[in-house]
Amino acid sequence: MTSEPTTTRIADGTADVVSALARSGDPQRLTALHDRLAEQADRAGALDVAYRTIDSPVGELLLAATGRGLVRVAYVREDHEQVLATIADQVSPRVLRAPARLDPAASELDEYFAGRRRTFDLVLDMQLARGFSRAVLDQLARIGYGATESYAAIATKAGRPAAVRAVGNACARNPLPLVVPCHRVVRSDGSLGGYAGGPDAKRALLSLEAAG
Amino acid sequence: MTAQPFEHVVADHGPAVLRVCRALLSPVDADDAWSETFLSALQAYPRLRPDSNVRAWLVTIAHRKAVDRHRAAGRQPVPTDRVPERPSPLGVPEPVEEELWAVVRALPPKQRAAVAYRYLGDLPYRRVGELLGTSEAAARRSAADGIASLRATYERQGAS
Repeated sequence: MTSEPTTTRIADGTADVVSALARSGDPQRLTALHDRLAEQADRAGALDVAYRTIDSPVGELLLAATGRGLVRVAYVREDHEQVLATIADQVSPRVLRAPARLDPAASELDEYFAGRRRTFDLVLDMQLARGFSRAVLDQLARIGYGATESYAAIATKAGRPAAVRAVGNACARNPLPLVVPCHRVVRSDGSLGGYAGGPDAKRALLSLEAAG
Repeated sequence: MTAQPFEHVVADHGPAVLRVCRALLSPVDADDAWSETFLSALQAYPRLRPDSNVRAWLVTIAHRKAVDRHRAAGRQPVPTDRVPERPSPLGVPEPVEEELWAVVRALPPKQRAAVAYRYLGDLPYRRVGELLGTSEAAARRSAADGIASLRATYERQGAS
């Protein structure tokens, strides 16, 4: 105990034993615990927002649902972390990655991208769209698969013919792209116009639907 | 500042809370205590003040869950597994974690808890003392005694 080398070894041992404990981790166990927490939270009614991501031909998509229905679909370029932060702020911070609640949406989107689905049969929670935006989205839902409408026509149908720019903003901020088909709204001159998923994604979706 | 998604709370603090639970409880009980801690935390999360120390909040909940479990077990001592005499192939205790946890769990309760809350939960000694129902100085002594005991055991094992 008193000799110098022994003391040094003990000191090192202390650092090792404490840091080994503090560093120790079991990723598989934590993943299993996380998943069990998500299930328990759902059963307890404490999982206000469940989310997952899926791969798609237009990039990774974030899907989020409340107990009422699908509340958000987001493209990577919208920044998924930022989208989750906004959900925590505007819906509830009780947000967990929990795929089960999103299974119907994930499989319907898979079918859509495979060309095997033309309409979505999903319950939607539209709470992130308010006021005129909500009226615009209600009009978008009526545009059929493979069809397009102009921003001006949607403005008229939503009851404010002069609000063409507001229609563009409502489309850009659509909380449920793909499912509420803002990609089917194009400019009166036939050009594409903007899209939350980017122009390539918009073009890809319109081509997909034109082929079907 | 608004609350971040609870998913981040689990990602940021889940590993440390599991370490605290494993120091206090058998592996199965530790898993259950972790689950109860995060479920309780999730339920209360919208009411948590934005400037709160989230780690300390979680460790405090875990402490209560562990106390409940010890009480439910009829105040029986925590079962400790025999420490297998297997040297670490890498020279660091990383692959023999369960042996380390067993050594921690074999500490007297106050030392075990003080080591867990201070070194694994990152709580200041003042909070450790509050959880243990002792003074800050006593919490500091318990942690030091616990670490000394761990060091001695570690040295014995390392030498064998």
